[in-house]
Amino acid sequence: MFGFFRKQKGGGRKNSERPAADRGILVFENTSDVIQAENVLKKSGWPVRVMGPPPEIRTGCDLVIEFPLIEELNVRRTLAKADIPPLSVVPVTGPLLAPVDLFQTKDFGDYLMVRAANMKITVAKEDFKIVNISGGGCPDVPFLAQALVGKSMAQAPRPRDLGHTLCGYALELAYEELHRIC
Amino acid sequence: MLGVVGTVPDPHFPLVHGPVRLIGAELDIAGRRVAVNRGTPALLAAALKTAESRGGPEIYAFLAGDIGKGDGSRRLYQFLARRLPEFPLRVLTFHYLQPDVDWHNRVLFAVEAMTPRPTLIADAGFMYAAKMSGQSADYDFFTPDVGELAFLADEMAPHPFYTRGFILHQEADVPGLIRRAYQHGNAARCLVVKGRRDYIADREQVLASVAAPAFDAMEAIGGTGDTLTGMLTVLCDGDLKPAAAALLAASANRWTGFYARPTPATQVSQLIDTIPQALQKALEEDLTEDARDGTS
Repeated sequence: MFGFFRKQKGGGRKNSERPAADRGILVFENTSDVIQAENVLKKSGWPVRVMGPPPEIRTGCDLVIEFPLIEELNVRRTLAKADIPPLSVVPVTGPLLAPVDLFQTKDFGDYLMVRAANMKITVAKEDFKIVNISGGGCPDVPFLAQALVGKSMAQAPRPRDLGHTLCGYALELAYEELHRIC
Repeated sequence: MLGVVGTVPDPHFPLVHGPVRLIGAELDIAGRRVAVNRGTPALLAAALKTAESRGGPEIYAFLAGDIGKGDGSRRLYQFLARRLPEFPLRVLTFHYLQPDVDWHNRVLFAVEAMTPRPTLIADAGFMYAAKMSGQSADYDFFTPDVGELAFLADEMAPHPFYTRGFILHQEADVPGLIRRAYQHGNAARCLVVKGRRDYIADREQVLASVAAPAFDAMEAIGGTGDTLTGMLTVLCDGDLKPAAAALLAASANRWTGFYARPTPATQVSQLIDTIPQALQKALEEDLTEDARDGTS
């Protein structure tokens, strides 16, 4: 989901850490919609980033999507086709919080654990069965653990498809990293 | 009685409250059965095992189904904000709830109307909301792991997902992160930090730490923090001072690993089964030496 960029639209500007007048944020009702919208927009080649919302619209467990503001109409059209319209579109006026981008890997011999932010996923090397999920504090964590633990990575549902919170999103990042290194 | 508030990973589970019992591998509450896997059911199972070992108090739970959409959490918040003062709770532990600052504040307001005011413990999502609300000091215990401690130490982060890299890189310096969390008013009166070495601290200093027994595999097992918080819920209700209760809970949590002989594939229910032995062992231990280590 995160590594499969097609040729990027909108000038290919995707990694600026500074606020810029040419960037806007898409605000959605919940984190599940953000995750789906990010998926759709990235697949369509838009240079978008998932970020933390500015303080005035923060509730405690949320994400927004940063995008090139000049492309607002096209981005809205893409999202409308996917039936994930944003609640609002707001220009970026200050620095946004960036998600954790550090991964830690721990090798237990027969098992491998990857941590992204506050979430950890552990698989058996022999058959890539997910044996444990730890960390996190949002209510979808036990739900995700219930759905993923005991299944192989090939059979298990993706955290991005079941998760609804930042912890679920972090678990998706850990899953992606695990997938990359396995 | 002791109260625990949290969620279960079932979207159809209604809001229920009542005394909880552990029957085999399931919780029984208000005529419903809940599997003990991880999350709040694991915390409750650990609390019940601890209470049983101590000839202990009744555990009263407030639960709702929530799979991350926040609906169950909001039902709980609403219920607690309205009715919490009706319940005579000596300890109240908040756990896996969707972080929501506005609702957190309403619930804390209801807590202030409770007489006597219970000992307050916050872990998991509710701890995130408590930190973000700026009212951390109203709590008696926070029980973060080291990653969550970095989040508490980062005055800018609204969730561990946004902890800034330069703070995350300080995870080896737990006492430094503890100091920073207190400097910014983002810690409860007592912090119980779970990690390679567990630390118990207050605003002034690291009061104690415990590092043995140690099992690497425990880091991978989902729910080991839940069991610690569950044990603390019961132990802080007795005659022990807060730091002593926290140290006993941390030590006993480590001893569960000794008795369960964990691998990274061990499930938390296997650890919970060993709590009576682990608690007994921790009670027999002289923790003085470890406590001295922590203050040096």
